[in-house]
Amino acid sequence: MSEHRTTPGTDGPDLAAVENPVAPSNDSVRVEHAAAEPEGTSRGAGLMSGAFGRNLGLVLALLVICVVGVVTAGDRFASVDNMVTILRLASIVGVVSIGMTFVITGGGIDLSVGAIVALSSVWASTFATQTMAEDTHWLVMVFTALAVGGACGLVNGVLIAYGNIVPFIMTLAMLASARGLAEIISERRTQIVRVEGFKDFWSADVLGVPLLVVIFALVSVGGWFLFNRTTFGRRTLAVGGNPEAARLAGINVKRHTVLLYVLVGLCCGLAALMYLARTSTGSSTHGTLLELDVIAAVVIGGTLLTGGRGTIVGTVIGVLIFSTLSNVFVLNNQDSSTQAVAKGLIIVVAVLLQQRLARRSTTT
Amino acid sequence: MTTQPTTAPLLEMRGIVKRFPGVLALGGVDLDVRPGEVHCLLGQNGAGKSTLIKVLSASYQPDEGEVLWEGRPVALPTPQSAMRLGISTIYQELDLVPGLSVAENIFLGHELSSGGMSQRGRTNRAAADLLARLGHGEISPTREVGRLTPAAQQIVSMARALSQDTRLLVLDEPSAVLDQGEVDNLFRVIRDLTAEGVAVVYISHRLEEIRQIGDRITVLKDGRTVATGLAVAETPTADLITLMTGRSIEYVFPPRGDAVVTTGEPVLEVSDLELAGVFSGVDLRVHAGEIVGLAGLVGAGRSEILETVYGARRASAGTVRVNGRELRRGSVPAAVKAGLGLAPEERKSQGLLLDQAVYRNVTVSTLGRFARLGFLDSGDERRRAAEVTQSLDVRPAGVDRLVRLLSGGNQQKVVLARWLLRECRVLLLDEPTRGVDVGARAEIYAVVRALADSGVAVVVVSSEVEEVLGLADRVLVVREGRVVHEGPAHEIDESRVLDLVMEGSAA
Repeated sequence: MSEHRTTPGTDGPDLAAVENPVAPSNDSVRVEHAAAEPEGTSRGAGLMSGAFGRNLGLVLALLVICVVGVVTAGDRFASVDNMVTILRLASIVGVVSIGMTFVITGGGIDLSVGAIVALSSVWASTFATQTMAEDTHWLVMVFTALAVGGACGLVNGVLIAYGNIVPFIMTLAMLASARGLAEIISERRTQIVRVEGFKDFWSADVLGVPLLVVIFALVSVGGWFLFNRTTFGRRTLAVGGNPEAARLAGINVKRHTVLLYVLVGLCCGLAALMYLARTSTGSSTHGTLLELDVIAAVVIGGTLLTGGRGTIVGTVIGVLIFSTLSNVFVLNNQDSSTQAVAKGLIIVVAVLLQQRLARRSTTT
Repeated sequence: MTTQPTTAPLLEMRGIVKRFPGVLALGGVDLDVRPGEVHCLLGQNGAGKSTLIKVLSASYQPDEGEVLWEGRPVALPTPQSAMRLGISTIYQELDLVPGLSVAENIFLGHELSSGGMSQRGRTNRAAADLLARLGHGEISPTREVGRLTPAAQQIVSMARALSQDTRLLVLDEPSAVLDQGEVDNLFRVIRDLTAEGVAVVYISHRLEEIRQIGDRITVLKDGRTVATGLAVAETPTADLITLMTGRSIEYVFPPRGDAVVTTGEPVLEVSDLELAGVFSGVDLRVHAGEIVGLAGLVGAGRSEILETVYGARRASAGTVRVNGRELRRGSVPAAVKAGLGLAPEERKSQGLLLDQAVYRNVTVSTLGRFARLGFLDSGDERRRAAEVTQSLDVRPAGVDRLVRLLSGGNQQKVVLARWLLRECRVLLLDEPTRGVDVGARAEIYAVVRALADSGVAVVVVSSEVEEVLGLADRVLVVREGRVVHEGPAHEIDESRVLDLVMEGSAA
């Protein structure tokens, strides 16, 4: 192919050397090339319909639950106060779910989130920590919870990435030992939060909205930006989608994996603080089975359990579905067993719906 | 080779149409295959060969057209129904279970059992017989399939096909993972099968193979049959290429530039590199603008040398220098930072994020450049990716398309675009044209040469000697982990290279 075309350069100067190294192989191809050109313009609409399609099933499910709530509980469900209750209920699971979305999209899983929450809440509310907080500032408790959560995540991440332990097993081990450690530290006693500054700040409202809900909102928005608009989010998709290709493209896959677990660990630390605020206690029983609620919310949200695809919006809706559901059950005086059955059904139905819609939106 | 023009066809496909949303994959394909013949299916990537064999194996349902088996119309609603007729397909991506043994894989789905208990002894003996019949008695039936070489795995797939009463065997590019000796063995097996009356549908990009093994040829282009039932012996290669492409050239290598200045400091300097147990004592100097080719058999250590230079494997000894600066061992990020780029051998599993858009695949190694405080400017990303992919003529254009939907040649261009965007100084290409059709090959060659002319140092590894000799300025021949020859490409020919790589392996 010696017939190099010389067309006036429209590319950047660094490309000039290889500009049009390839002569078009035949005319029909050139026509095809031109015909494919306008595609860029329809991209926005295509993406919208894709994301819309994926989240439609979820929104429908949420609406169905709301309708059931209105019909069965009337004004007791459809009130501002009750909405706030639902959001407050959602906030702790929500914060951890955002972190979990990153881990699962990056090809991992973290079963230890509930245990890390318990350990962080206990550590941040020990006699020693609280005494120190009273002597200095209540931020000591915040720092402690985040540090403990982050450190647990670091241990998970390092042993998974560099010790080559399967995430399921490593975090299962962390699940057992973190909760055990929380029991040892607290001597299985509930620790009352007595630092006034902490209680005042964390139980405050911001413009009538409880701080817990505000935190959930901030973490969601921040998580969305991190996921969709940053190199970190993009690398997470690459690492989860094809770790080998990501590695050969020059991404430090191991380091990224560690960061993912640290991120979810920090979310757990934050969730521990939210437990301390909501219950005024630190306890080794906080966050029991939290991991199941979190993973369920992430997965029905549309994040692929095998990695490489995830959605923060879907996760948030997934969290809201579960908290609205349990709110409706509580308002109707149903026990938690019925609720658990309904939860299972919701997971299956939502995932089935979602698969159908996703298939339709990817094939068109 | 037994052409039996009078025999009634075993299989006939008439007017097969298959539509995918927005794409007409097959627009009326005819194919007839006779018992005991090797029927070659030719066509460029995207011509519809893969879709056609998926219709044949009933993985896809055709929208129009009919399939006749021994003259009677048959419905093929499920892959099992095709299997029951005796149609076996061996796909490019082998569908074996890596954790099971060879024998278990061969009899998967039709296990030898009595009363629900599997009979391991009988299974292993039957598997050993099948493997012996395929000329590979050395593969142990109890071995785990995941531990076998790709070539041996393919033999296991063939044995699996034979373990069922196969009357039509479809082979999708079987030679892609094989070296010359293994290809010869494959051909021997195919001849044995056809002698027993089995019909074979053989798909390959390599025309010389079709000459050796084929009886008749059907050519597809753009989802349509452009010629069917051509006798291999009577159809000149030039005609076939014209049918496939509308052009009349096979391999077209771009002209080498003026003599490359190789006296100054090399861009890439590898000294005494060793990967314990695989290769040792490899020295390699590549200057700006130079293309160096590595030739050798599969398993001679060629790919491993590239991957070790790139830091994807940790060298046990030796150094890699780029522009005089030594690279940290076993660190890909360090290599990329120093200006190295790799287009890996397994494009799909090692090179690409198949379910992500073209632009994301292009910018994955340059993300930092589009970020402010970690936040990406995806408009800028798309713009730069569009510039680079257009300069490489990736078709169809449009950087938001999923890479999965592109043909092999265009996927390879996406990988090249990644490193072009990074302005890398050293480009390592491992089997750059594997699974790439004839027309697109020439384009890839031209791109590589143009990159070299712009000052990039290029190292090419290929199983196809012709490709190494045609593309490279200088050639290194690797045998059993050692460089046994080094010299200008124009001073050595294919038979000499083959001599060098085979030498000693015959003993």
